[in-house]
Amino acid sequence: MSAPARTESLAELERLVAALIARGHITEAELATQQASTDRASPENGARMVARAWLNPEWRAMMLNSGTKAAEAIGVNMVGAPPLGVLEDTPGRHHIVVCTLCSCYPRAVLGYPPHWYKSFSYRSRVVREPRAVMAEWGHPLPDNVELRVVDSTADFRWMVLPMRPAGTEGWTEDQLAALITRDVLVGVALPKLPA
Amino acid sequence: MSEPEHTPAIHDIGGIQRFHCTPVEHDEEPPDEFGKRVDALRQTLARKGFMSVDELRRGIESIPEAEYFALTYYERWMRSIALLMLEKGVVKPEDLA
Repeated sequence: MSAPARTESLAELERLVAALIARGHITEAELATQQASTDRASPENGARMVARAWLNPEWRAMMLNSGTKAAEAIGVNMVGAPPLGVLEDTPGRHHIVVCTLCSCYPRAVLGYPPHWYKSFSYRSRVVREPRAVMAEWGHPLPDNVELRVVDSTADFRWMVLPMRPAGTEGWTEDQLAALITRDVLVGVALPKLPA
Repeated sequence: MSEPEHTPAIHDIGGIQRFHCTPVEHDEEPPDEFGKRVDALRQTLARKGFMSVDELRRGIESIPEAEYFALTYYERWMRSIALLMLEKGVVKPEDLA
């Protein structure tokens, strides 16, 4: 768990917000609208994009060309968001995304980054021993699969397009989307069929 | 002559050994209300042209090491946002006293 903010920090934030409102720079309504928008974004957006790519080669090509366009095509507002790139997993290569310097993450599409993505241990370790991190979370990567760790930055964000699992032939987009979690979209997990 | 040893900046922690024995805690909790409000404030100020992500990072990365590791994630953001708004004269020191 991340520690809760201290009482003095809560007070400090309210003084800052009150000053910005009093000076006419922002309004409480703008903050509420912004918060509601980020609250609505969720990994389900990314899951939808991936499921469609598994079913539709044209969509897949479009998404690999521009994650931003694919996100917009499913109704995500990408105005003001940094460009989104999509990393295509193949039988011989897997990708993991990290932001070593801070916490850059495609918020507009996937919502708030989870605490672990921002943690010092993930940021430092996944660069040095990504296979160990995956294995600890129950997703050992076969040795014959190359692993690329990709840094998300302030100016460019990434998500992973994983391999479609075997045994999902004939599945609908909804069924496929249900296999794709946030961890899969970041690359620390692989899609798994329900037992 | 040998090269001076490279000392990474506080935020530059990719690959460093300090956390190598620390498991990545699989915490999926969304931010608390404080965090969500700081997040919304940051995005609102960015959208209205008061600050950029790069400026946010510069503010975070200028926090002294002891405080950097003691503050929570969104407390670091708030510290940076307040610093930037003061620097730019958007708010005045007496507003935050």
